[in-house]
Amino acid sequence: MDASLILRVSAPLLLWVPAIVSLYLLIRGHNEPGGGFVGGLVASAGLVFFVISRGRQAALRVMRVPPAGWCGIGLLLAAGSGLLAWIDPAAGYLTHRWWFPDVGFKVPLGTALLFDVGVYLTVIGTITAMVFALVDED
Amino acid sequence: MSIAPSLALGLPLGLGLAGAIAATMMKRGVAQAGAAVAALAFLLYLLAAPGVTETTDLRFGFWSVPSLGVVGGLRLDGLSLVFVLLITGIGALVLLYASRYLKGDTRLPRLVTLLLIFMVAMLGAVTADDVVTLFVFWELTSLASFFLVAYDHEKPGARKAALQALLVTGGGGLALLAGLILVAMAAGTTSLSGIIAAREAVLAHPAAIPAMLLVVLGCFTKSAQFPFQFWLPNAMAAPTPVSAYLHSATMVKLGIYLLARLNPVYQHEAFWQELLTTAGLLTTAVGAIYALRESDLKRVLAWTTVTALGSLTMLIGLAPALSATAAVTFLLVHALYKAALFLVAGIVDHETGTRDAAALGGLRRAMPLTALAAVLAALSMAGLPPFVGFVAKEIIYEAKLATGGAAGLFASIGFLVNAAMVAIAGLLSWRLFFGPLRPTPATPHDPPKSMLAGPILLAGLGLLAGAAPSLVGAWLVDGAVAAMLGAPAAVPLKLWHGFTPVLALSAATIALGLLLLLAWGRLMPRLRRASAFDRFDTARLYDRALAGLVAWAEGTTRLVQHGSLRGYMQVLLLVAALGPLAVLVARGGLDLPEAAPLDFRALAFLPIALGAIAAAVARGTLAAVMATGLVGFGTALVFLTFGAPDVALTQFTVEVLLIVILATVLIRLPVRARDVRTGRQRTVDAAVAGALGLSVALVLLAVLAAPFDPRLGEWFGAESVPGGHGRNVVNVILVDFRALDTLGEIAVLAIAAFSVIALLRASGRGARVGS
Repeated sequence: MDASLILRVSAPLLLWVPAIVSLYLLIRGHNEPGGGFVGGLVASAGLVFFVISRGRQAALRVMRVPPAGWCGIGLLLAAGSGLLAWIDPAAGYLTHRWWFPDVGFKVPLGTALLFDVGVYLTVIGTITAMVFALVDED
Repeated sequence: MSIAPSLALGLPLGLGLAGAIAATMMKRGVAQAGAAVAALAFLLYLLAAPGVTETTDLRFGFWSVPSLGVVGGLRLDGLSLVFVLLITGIGALVLLYASRYLKGDTRLPRLVTLLLIFMVAMLGAVTADDVVTLFVFWELTSLASFFLVAYDHEKPGARKAALQALLVTGGGGLALLAGLILVAMAAGTTSLSGIIAAREAVLAHPAAIPAMLLVVLGCFTKSAQFPFQFWLPNAMAAPTPVSAYLHSATMVKLGIYLLARLNPVYQHEAFWQELLTTAGLLTTAVGAIYALRESDLKRVLAWTTVTALGSLTMLIGLAPALSATAAVTFLLVHALYKAALFLVAGIVDHETGTRDAAALGGLRRAMPLTALAAVLAALSMAGLPPFVGFVAKEIIYEAKLATGGAAGLFASIGFLVNAAMVAIAGLLSWRLFFGPLRPTPATPHDPPKSMLAGPILLAGLGLLAGAAPSLVGAWLVDGAVAAMLGAPAAVPLKLWHGFTPVLALSAATIALGLLLLLAWGRLMPRLRRASAFDRFDTARLYDRALAGLVAWAEGTTRLVQHGSLRGYMQVLLLVAALGPLAVLVARGGLDLPEAAPLDFRALAFLPIALGAIAAAVARGTLAAVMATGLVGFGTALVFLTFGAPDVALTQFTVEVLLIVILATVLIRLPVRARDVRTGRQRTVDAAVAGALGLSVALVLLAVLAAPFDPRLGEWFGAESVPGGHGRNVVNVILVDFRALDTLGEIAVLAIAAFSVIALLRASGRGARVGS
C-alpha cells in the first residue's frame, strides 16, 4: 500500500509514544483514570497507525508474537492471576492478594495488576488481529 | 464372595471408558482388548450378583447437584442385573466376533471405541438411580447408535438410516426428557426409587397422563414400537456385530427397560395397561408380517426383533406376576437366541458373500459348526422343548390366557405371530443349512473360533437355561420381577407343565409354523409384491414429515435471510426501537423527570447534535463516518464534564480507533460516489432512524424520572480503597470486585477477534494473521 510520506516517517513516533502512554495509563489505572482496557486501546492505536503506514509484515516484526498469541497470553495471565487467591484456601477465585514490600516506602503490589496486564494484552491482541485481517498485502 | 458397590457399579463404566480411549491409539488386537474389557466388566457384575436379590440392591452415589435437588447415582437391583449381564456378556462375545469379522479393516479401532462407549452408556442407563443420569446415558446410546449405523458413511443408504434412527430415537428422547421432568416434579425427587415410592403423588398430579404419555413415547421410539418400528430394519445398514449388539440384544431393549422400571408406578392404571398391550400387540403383528416379506437375513431378523419387542411391551402391560415373569424370561431368551442368529447371519454373509435367504441353502456340510449354532438358536426361537424359548413361550401363552375378557384376541394373534416366528426360525436353520446346496459367490467354510464362540455359546446357553429353568428363575428372573412389580411375586419357571391347553396351543403353533416354512418360497414374493403394506407403512409418514420440515426450513430461511443488508438493519433497529417502547407502554406510559436548570455543561451536547445532522445529510460514506465520529467525541465530552473521566478516556480512544479502522476499510472498498437509494427508501430509513432515536430518548427520560438508588455506588466508593487498594473505583470494580465479569468479557473479545479472522479468511479476502 502507498501511505503518504508524512505518515511513513512519523510511524515509529506514532507507535512508541502511544505505547509509552499506554503503559503509563496501565500502571496508574488503579488510582487515577486509566487501566488495562484503555491502555490497551491506546497501544493498539499506535500499532494500527504503524500497520497502515508500514504494512503488516513490519508490524508483526515489531510485535514479535502474532496477535492471536497476545490474546492467549493475556487471557492466561488474567485467568492465572486469580489462581493465586488459593494461597488462602478459603478465598474465592480471583480474590486478589496484595503485598507491600518496603523499599524506603511501601510499594503496593497486587495480583490485580497481573489481571490488568492480562486485559491490556488481550485488548491489543484483539484489535490488532482484526485490523491485520483487514489490511491485506499479499 | 461379594465386592464393594462402588467397585461393582463404578469400575465397569471406568474400564469401558478407559478401553474406549485406549482403543483409539491401538494398532493391533484392539477388538480382542475390547472384548477383554467387556468380559472383565461382566465378571465384576457377576461378583456383585450375590448382593442383589428380590429385596436387596447395591447403590453407589457419585454425583449430585444439591441446589437443584438432584441426587445422582447408580443402583444395581434385579432388573438392572439382568441387563448389565446381557450388555457385558454379549458385548464381549460381539467384540471378539468383530475382531475376525472386520479383520484388516482400518476402521476397526473406531468401531471398538464406539462399541465400548455404547456399552458404557447402556450400563449407565440401566443402572442409573435417578432420571437425570438415566437420560444422559440414554441419549448417549442414541448418539453411539448413530455413529455405528453410519459406519459405512460413504454409502448414502447408511447415512440415511443413521439419520433416521437418530431422528426417531432422538425425537423420542426429547419427549422422554419432558416426561421425566414432569414425573420428577410430581414426585418431588429425581431418584427413580423415590419416584416409585411416591407413586400416589405421581398419579395424582394434574399432568400425570401427559407425563406418562411422553415417557411412553420415548420408550416406544427407542424400542421400535408401532408406529415407530421402521427405523430398526433400516438400521441394519450397520455392520453385523453392531446389529447383533445394539439392534437386537441391548439398545432397543432400553425402552422396555424403562417401561419395566416405571411399571410399579403405573401398573394398576387401566390406561397404561391398554396403551402397552395395544401397541405391543400391533407391533408383534406388524413385525411378523414384514418379517415374512423379506429375504435379506438381517432384515428378516430385524423384523422378528420388532415382534419380540412388541411382545415385551405387551407383557409389561398385561396383568402382573405371571406376565412380568414371562417378560423377564422372554427378554433373556430373546437376547440369547437373537444375538446368536445375528452372528450366524453375519458368518453366512461373510463366508458366502450373500445374505439373501432365497439364494442360500444346504450349507450344513460346508459349515457344520455354524449350522449347529443356528439350529440350537432357532429351536429356542421356535419355542421347542427343552430350550428356554419353550419355557418362555409357554408362560407367555399362560399370561395371555389369564387376561380374562380379551384372552381370545391376545391368544389368537399371539398364535399367528408365533407360527410366523417358527417359520422364520425354520428359514434361518433348516432352509439355510439343509436341503440342496445352492451356489454362492464365495466358497463357504466354518469361520475361525473367535467368530464361532459367540453364536455357539449363546445358543448353548439357551439349551442349558431351558434344562434348568428354576435355576435361571431363582438367580435372575425373580429379582427382576420384584423390581418390575415393586414386590417379590415371581412365578416359578418350569419346563414341563403337564398336558394343558397351553401345550396343545404350542403344538398347533409349531405345526402351522412348519406349514408356513414349506410355503415360504411362494409366500414371501407374493407378500412382498402386495403394495398395500407399503402404502400403510409408517415410514412414509416419516419421509413426508421430514420433507415438510426441510421445505418449511427453506421457506423461513428465504423469508428471514433475504441477503439485503438494509433489510437486516431495518429489522434490528425497529425491534430495538419498538421493544423498549412496548415496555414503556406496558408500565403505564411516559414518566418525565423534573426539569433541572441549564448550565454551561449543556454546551457539550452541541457537537453531538451537529455530528448527527452532518451524518444525516452527508453525501459520501467517508464523510458520514467522520460525522458519526464527531457524535462519539461529543459523547466523550459529556462524560468528561459530568465527572466520568475514565469512561471519557475510553470513549475518545475507541472513537479514534473506530474512525481509523473504518477509514482503512472504506478506502479499500469500491467507493460509491453517490447515494443510490431512492427517495422512498430514504424516507423509510429516516423513519426507522427517527423511531429509534425517539424510543431511546423516551426511555432515557423514563429512567431519569425513576428515583435513583445510590447504595451500590456508595458501597463501591467506600470499599474501593480498603478492599481493593485503589482510588479509581471504576478500575477497582473492573479488576477486583467484578473481575470474573471482566475475564468473561476479554474472553469474548478474543473469540470475536478469532471469528473476524475466520470470517475474512473464509471469504477469501483475509490475510494470514497467525503467521
